[in-house]
Order: sequence, then C-alpha cells, then structure tokens
Amino acid sequence: MDDKIIEIKNVSKSYSDKPVVKNISLTIRRGEFVTLLGPSGCGKTTTLRMIAGFEQPTSGTILFNGEDITMLPPHKRNINTVFQKYALFPHLNVFGNIAFGLKMKTVPDGEPTVNSKGVTVQKMRHLTKKEISDKVNAALKMVDLEDYGHRAVNSLSGGQQQRVAIARALVNEPQVLLLDEPLGALDLKMRKDMQLELMQMHKQLGITFVYVTHDQEEALTMSDTIVVMKDGEIQQIGNPTKVYDEPANAFVADFIGESNILSGTMVKDCCVDISGHKFECVDKGFKFNEPIDVIVRPEDIKIVPTKDANCLIEADVLSCVFKGDHYQVTALTHGDERNEIVIHDNVEVKAGDTIGLYIKPFDFHIMHKSRLINELEGEMWESNVVYLCDGKFPCVSDLPEGTKVRVKVDFDDVELTDDEEDGTIGATIISAIYKGSYWQYIVRADTYYDFFVDNDYEWSIDDRVGIKIAPDKLIIEEVKDEEV
Amino acid sequence: MKKFKFRFTRRAFAYPYMIFLLLFVVVPLVLILINAFLDESDKFTFQNFAEFFSDAGGGLTVLGNSLIIGLVTTLICLVIGYPCAYLLAKYHASNRVLVLLFILPMWVNFLIRTLSTKAIFMALDVPLGMGTVLFGMVYNYLPYMILPLHTTLVSIDHSYIEAAEDLGADKLTVLLKTVLPLSLPGIVSGITMTFIPAISTFAISEILSSSKIFLFGDAINMHFSKATNSFGVGSVMSLVMLVLVVVANVFVNLTSKDEEVKSVL
Repeated sequence: MDDKIIEIKNVSKSYSDKPVVKNISLTIRRGEFVTLLGPSGCGKTTTLRMIAGFEQPTSGTILFNGEDITMLPPHKRNINTVFQKYALFPHLNVFGNIAFGLKMKTVPDGEPTVNSKGVTVQKMRHLTKKEISDKVNAALKMVDLEDYGHRAVNSLSGGQQQRVAIARALVNEPQVLLLDEPLGALDLKMRKDMQLELMQMHKQLGITFVYVTHDQEEALTMSDTIVVMKDGEIQQIGNPTKVYDEPANAFVADFIGESNILSGTMVKDCCVDISGHKFECVDKGFKFNEPIDVIVRPEDIKIVPTKDANCLIEADVLSCVFKGDHYQVTALTHGDERNEIVIHDNVEVKAGDTIGLYIKPFDFHIMHKSRLINELEGEMWESNVVYLCDGKFPCVSDLPEGTKVRVKVDFDDVELTDDEEDGTIGATIISAIYKGSYWQYIVRADTYYDFFVDNDYEWSIDDRVGIKIAPDKLIIEEVKDEEV
Repeated sequence: MKKFKFRFTRRAFAYPYMIFLLLFVVVPLVLILINAFLDESDKFTFQNFAEFFSDAGGGLTVLGNSLIIGLVTTLICLVIGYPCAYLLAKYHASNRVLVLLFILPMWVNFLIRTLSTKAIFMALDVPLGMGTVLFGMVYNYLPYMILPLHTTLVSIDHSYIEAAEDLGADKLTVLLKTVLPLSLPGIVSGITMTFIPAISTFAISEILSSSKIFLFGDAINMHFSKATNSFGVGSVMSLVMLVLVVVANVFVNLTSKDEEVKSVL
C-alpha cells in the first residue's frame, strides 16, 4: 500500500507566461483514491492532463512507477482517463467504443525466445476477436449495461454514457484511472449513486484513482486523500477527516464545509484572543501576540443559556432557519467588536433572543495567516509618486525618480472602488472570505500581484474593481542595489 | 363574395423569389421537358430519346467519358484536398490567412483561370490533352473539396482525439480510426460538391485540350448552340444530367441525415 505509483516533482505549467500550475509536488500511492479539489481555474484539471500526457509541464518531472514519463505521449502510458464530457466516439456503438483500446493492445505471444544474435525476443500479438468480446462483455457487466453493446452511444442517457466511458477506460486494465469531473453532468440522485459505484469499483479493482472535482462533498465522501488546490498551488494534502477538521489555512476551511473564520491573536500557548474575548484552545507554539486566523465549524458551537457556567460569550440571534436535521442560527456576538457567527444546533431560537455560546477548546482551529501585510516591489516615478503594478500611486516620499523601492500596505488600507476607473489600477476579486465582521478579499492586479484587502462591503468573485491607496498609508523603503 | 386582398405579412418577402423561381427555374425545366419530346417540326416524338440512348451521335460515350473524368478529378481532389484540409484544420487557430489562400482562386472567374492555365501550358510547351484537362479540373474544383472537409475537420471535438490517444492510439491510428470516420460527412459533401460540377463542366475540357476532349457539358452546349437545331437531343441530355444530380443529392441527404442522428450526442 505504501509504494509510490505517481510522483509529481516541482511541476509548473504556464500558458503563454500565465502560470496555471505553480511548482507542485505530490506523491500518489498505489491503490489510493486521490481527489484533486479546488475551485475552477485552480489548476487541478491541468495537473490531471499532465499525468495523462495531454500537456507537458513547463518544468518539473512526473514519475510513474519510478520512471520519468514527463515527455511520454499519452498512448504509451498505462493510464486511462474518463473525460468530463465522456468523449465517446459517435461513429462507434457501445461495443466499438469499449473495444477501441483493446484492438490496439498487444500481449506476449508464447514464451520469450532467443534469436540468432543471442537476444531474448518476446513475440507480441493482438488480442483475438473472442478475447476482445469477452473483455468487453465483462466490462459491460461491471457497469450494469450487459445488453447495450449494439446500441449507438447517443441513444444512451447521460448516466449510461458515463458508465460506458468508465468501462472504456477500465477495460484496458490501467494501473491508474484518471477521472476529470466525471459526475458533473449528472443530476443529484444519479451523482450519489455513481459516487457509491465508483467507490465500489475502486475497492474491487484495487487500482489507483485520481479524481478531479470542485465538489467538496464528493471529495469528502469518496477519497482516501484530498489535495486541495488554489491558484495552481497545493493548499493542503490530507485524508478527508484531517482536511475537514484541521484545515491548513482559511482558504481550505472556507472551501471545505461551512466555517466561521475570524481574526485573532495568540495571547499565549492555549489562549486565543478574538475581538477582545479570550478563549481556551489547544494550539501551542505560536509566537507571542501573533495575529492568526481562527476557524470554528458551525456544528462545533453549542447554544447554551446565558447563565450557564459553560457560556463563553453572549450573542444576539439574527435569524434561525430550519434545515431538516438542524437549525442554522446566525448570531452577532456581544462586545466592542461584534462578529457574525453561524451556528448549527438542534435548539430552536428566535431572532432577537440573547443566547450563550460554548465551544470546546479542541474545536478552535488556529492557523497562521498566509500574509500579514501586502509587500511588493516598485519604482519611484517621480517624487511623491510610486510606480506599482503598472499604476502611478501618489505617496509620501521624496526619493528620486527611478529608485527601486519596497512598498508595504496594510490589508485595511487598500481601498476598493466599484468602478474600475475610480481606482489607480484595475483588479479582479479572486477570493472572498467572510471573517465575522468584515470580508477579506484577495484582489489580483493585472500584473498578477495579489493584494489582500480587508473591506466591509461585499463583492463577488470575478468582479472587476479599482484599487486606491491613501498616500500616507503606503510605507515606502528604498531597496539598496546589493539587496537586489 | 370574398375579395382578394393583398396583406403585407412576412410571407410577402418570399414573393419576389417565388416569381424568380417560377420564371427562371420551373418554366425552363418545363420547356426542356417539352423540347425533349418534340422533333424538328415541333411534333410529338420519342426520337430524341432513341437517338441519345442508341448512342447514334456518340452522346452516351461522351457521358461515359465525363463520368470517368469526373470520378478521377474527384479522387485526385480528395487525395490532395484531405491532407490539405487536415493540416489547415490543425493549425486553424493560428493561421486563418492560410485558409484564405486556399479559397482565393475561387474569387477569379473560372474562364480567366482556365485560359491563363492554357497560356502557361502553351508557354511551357506542354502538349494539351487528357493530362492538362485533368489538371485544369482539379485546379478548378479543389477548393470545393477542401472547404467542406475543412469545416468538418475543424468542428471535430478535440476530446475525441485525446480519448483515442488515451486508449493507446498513436498519431497514425488516431487519424485513421478517429479523425477519418468522424470527417466522413465532410468527405461526402466534398465529393458531391466536386463530382456534380465536374461531370457537367464545359469549356475547361474544350480550352485545355484544344477541343480534342469533349465532355457532356460541352456536348449539351453544342446541341443548343449549333445550327444543326438538335434542341431535342440537347434537352434529353439535360434531363439525364438532372437525374444524375438528383441521384447524387439524394445520396448526400441520406448520409447527412445519418450524421444528424450522430451529432445529437
């Protein structure tokens, strides 16, 4: 179980200088069910296509059973793919589609013989018609489509086409099966059924599955290992329980499951300060007064009476919605800085009620902030104007024109404007995480620098915004040449 | 009593074309049909059919020759056109200018093209004959082969090719077992778009063979233009031509209907 079948080493991929996959390394063990999970455009499909051989990495190597297959064309890899839109050949019937790979396959014919030059030769032969038809029928049986061999592929329903696509890939007995969002086109009920069937097939066949999806629930249900990706980088690798319970950063926590993500500081080991309230937690080893992100899952918060000894903090109920197996309560905590918290509990409360909240120390998940301040390199355009990300920002600095500078700006000092033209530069929102009382955005300038921005107003991902920074908020330091 | 009232509806836009169709397509066809049954003194007769099908004037032989030349032309066009269209489709995204270059000859009148070709052959001292006629035909009809092929090849979903590669097909197998069958509709329409005009062509053979090689189109042309006044036989030949075109079109429709079912996926 522990031997490696695929090793991805420092692989990067760019399309015309636009990085899609950034220096990822990943090891996949034999027989594992690995899911690449992430929002669209995170590089998960590109990674899969590089394993399949449809794309060549810009740099880095991919090993398969210890051999370098980075540049090997797809037809020479013992890997098969189930495509997103199935890609069943319309000119062949179901049988023809499944037999497509088998007809090209060669198998050893008899024992190896030694030829006149003393070299051992293995004669190869194609499969016989009987062998092919037996294998195809077995594959059809596996996907419950026994009597469908003669059918035209376009006469099948989406779910049936999906099964044919799986049978077509598996009939070649690959060592690794790649699945590119295979259930995306199916309805919810069918998707659930296929999830179970795929898991069963994985168990039965014992081969390695590499699965790509943006559906976190699918990933949590099916995988042995989840690889969470964002922006071409791996955020976390771990089994579903670990990824859910101990997300590596705010992005993972936000993407997988629902969560309350708040900013806080570590006062000391096992004690976190959130908006002036101190809570006991179990995390150690953070720096004294280090700013951190705290993640609490809605189902880990218990509603208790305000007088209860367990009550850690009081809150006003904003709304309470029945969700079938629980109530979803939104509440605003008391204190100087009030945070909005989502709670899943079995207690029904009314809007306007004051409730007490209890969270076990173990359920506070503390993580380092991915960045504390925006820091970027720029150049003085002229006195009191700095050139950053192709924009001219007014600033307070008398450094002469052309001086290389390092510029720092706090998250909440970056202003966003609805109208791109109102900002000094234009940018796109690429991530938005709600932090209880404000939103933390990652905003990508057209030069691909990502600004972290704290803001009270709501934007959606992919919105275009303008970026403005007050001149006195730009912290400018000269970069000495020897540093560069 | 109902009064006829002209109402200006959307249907009215079709009237000009309907009138055009009636005057310049239906009426001439009827005239040809009538002509085919009239002798020189405008009396009803089957003589024209008898004359053509007994090959008295060599009409049947000319038809045979035309069919053979048409077939050979189409075949050469396919053999040259397919790789051409395939390469064009493959580099389509990066090179639209190339596609334009292949269509460009269609913008020049075919008579001018053919006369220029003849001039070039004469200048090079190439003897005019079957070879030069075939060259002229292929030169004229190649774009009609490449265009439909190109359209079909460009529209083939790249995931089919990737799926084939994934299943173990090398480049040649992908071409033979995936691209070729998927481009069949393009091949069929390319063949018809080349074959039908090629069998009815005139002037090309006459010009490029110094009137030595005589094709069906030329024969019809002669029957109608010559003072011999054999409109009847000419009409019969036109009808034969019409039947051939209809047969070819039915054939195309059958295959393209099949394709509709296939493309539902």
